[in-house]
Amino acid sequence: MSELISMRASAASKALQDGSLSSVELTQAHLDRMDATEGALGAFLARSATALETAAAIDQRRAAGESLSPLAGVPIAIKDVLCTKDMVTTAGSRILEGWTPPYDATVVSKLREAGMVALGKTNMDEFAMGSSTEHSGYHPTHNPWDPTVAPGGSGGGSAAAVAAKQAPLAVGSDTGGSIRQPASFTGTVGVKPTYGGVSRYGVIALASSLDQVGPVSRTVLDSALLHDVMGGHDPRDATSIPTPWVSMAAAAERGARADNLTGVRVGVVRELVGEGISPAVRQRFDEAVELLTQQGAEVVEVNLPHCEYAVAAYYLILPAEASSNLAKFDSVRFGLRVTPEGNPTVEDVMSATRDTGFGDEVKRRIILGTYALSAGYYDAYYGSAQKVRTLIQQDFAQAFEKVDVVISPSTPTTAFPLGAKMEDPLAMWAGDVTTIPVNLAGIPGMSLPMGLSAEDGLPVGLQLMAPAYQDARLYEVGATIERLFEERDGYLVSERVPEVK
Amino acid sequence: MPDMTPEAIRHLASLSRIALSDEEITRLSGELPAIVSAVEAVQKVAGDDVVPTSHPIPLGNVFRDDIVGTPLTTEQALEGAPDHDGSRFRVSAILGEEQ
Repeated sequence: MSELISMRASAASKALQDGSLSSVELTQAHLDRMDATEGALGAFLARSATALETAAAIDQRRAAGESLSPLAGVPIAIKDVLCTKDMVTTAGSRILEGWTPPYDATVVSKLREAGMVALGKTNMDEFAMGSSTEHSGYHPTHNPWDPTVAPGGSGGGSAAAVAAKQAPLAVGSDTGGSIRQPASFTGTVGVKPTYGGVSRYGVIALASSLDQVGPVSRTVLDSALLHDVMGGHDPRDATSIPTPWVSMAAAAERGARADNLTGVRVGVVRELVGEGISPAVRQRFDEAVELLTQQGAEVVEVNLPHCEYAVAAYYLILPAEASSNLAKFDSVRFGLRVTPEGNPTVEDVMSATRDTGFGDEVKRRIILGTYALSAGYYDAYYGSAQKVRTLIQQDFAQAFEKVDVVISPSTPTTAFPLGAKMEDPLAMWAGDVTTIPVNLAGIPGMSLPMGLSAEDGLPVGLQLMAPAYQDARLYEVGATIERLFEERDGYLVSERVPEVK
Repeated sequence: MPDMTPEAIRHLASLSRIALSDEEITRLSGELPAIVSAVEAVQKVAGDDVVPTSHPIPLGNVFRDDIVGTPLTTEQALEGAPDHDGSRFRVSAILGEEQ
């Protein structure tokens, strides 16, 4: 395996800056890696035609002495939910097959301004609805750790690409765990920032009160560096938080230097470590708690009593908002048009187009959302779900009075076999129990690897949660914990990924 | 819970502008009752005294400066359309014969 593709983004950044590495070399290594592994993985839906050109231009600017962003010249994979004016953007749906947007998402513009090199668009469950990437309208993505298991979802493409070293960094989006759950399943790091911390302008909306864009990487510091590039206020997004943010990379560097966790108060969520958590995940989690305690953290138990209603609330709020957001796919302004025989009205055309263009999971959720928003049922369903949201926010607020960060396993199990849950939507949804409360509350959450399962050898993720606006705390504490795991095990989980065949 | 009958699902599909096939309606009428009864759990704790949260981080009214921007050109806006006449999106008849 080429050394270049194994480099951390932070190390590549240094090498690019001191001139020992060119962006063309680094980009070429990743394109070669994509050539060698895409057939087995299926992590991408589109590939940039201009990556080497972009890389060469950055090398020239750097050679000319221009002062560039720390990540200038570093390649990146972009989830297909973000609009890119130079690459087809489908959000994993056939209804947008072949569509190239006329503009870039703000996050994409920021990556370009920072001189990052886009490699391509990553596979995802259609419109980010799913937990395995099997609901992609194109093809499934295979987990680099074992091609027979799912990489998680909806951002399975971004996570698999980073885990398999096709890209050092990727952009994801997280509505109910779509960054953190795939990170957990692939032994990578993924962060869902505070709601409003990263712009969503040009991001194809799933559920507007939940969606958030965030970084995917192999180390905490690498996610922090990318977060610094992507984050910040965007006047084009009315939900974007206007207050300034501290440097996430500085927080991660501080955390990595810390001797131990003395003075850090950690809360273990009682409701997320019991029933439903597999023994193999529980084993690694208990070991993590033990390590944190040995290293000076003050670990206590906290209660989030309304977590048991989180999945139910989420699967009302999300379908309701999605049914409204997806109304724009109407065969008029972009995407597919299917014209039935006879003399169809525009409504007939829309209905035929949407039946053909949307996959089963999308239709299921649109029907459920339309039901939840129907006159007479609104208060009983959508209204009640919004009340559960308040209760979960209050649960977190009470927990954060006692502790600095809250922890749980990122997912109840390790990655499940492809096909295992496709016939049972409720079983697929139940796996989101650990990640959903974070989105409902709007707080930041991170998944980082805490070891490999003794049962199946697959990665197991630790989830860290902090109060809203305290994203930097996740990076600081997360970087310390990552280093402690590395010292304990002698390796980072992401370094143990098997050779992709 | 009102019954998730094939007829009810057909109505929801029509509101959603999705021409579901009979097979899809049969499948959904098998799946949706269990899903609806699962999500109904929210009603157990949603008391009258609980205020609903629509937005996790509440912001006030958000205004932008009143400055002329650069919108998409007509060509750009029409570029991805399945059909257009050069300045407008073209669609089939708005009203059916019975309307």
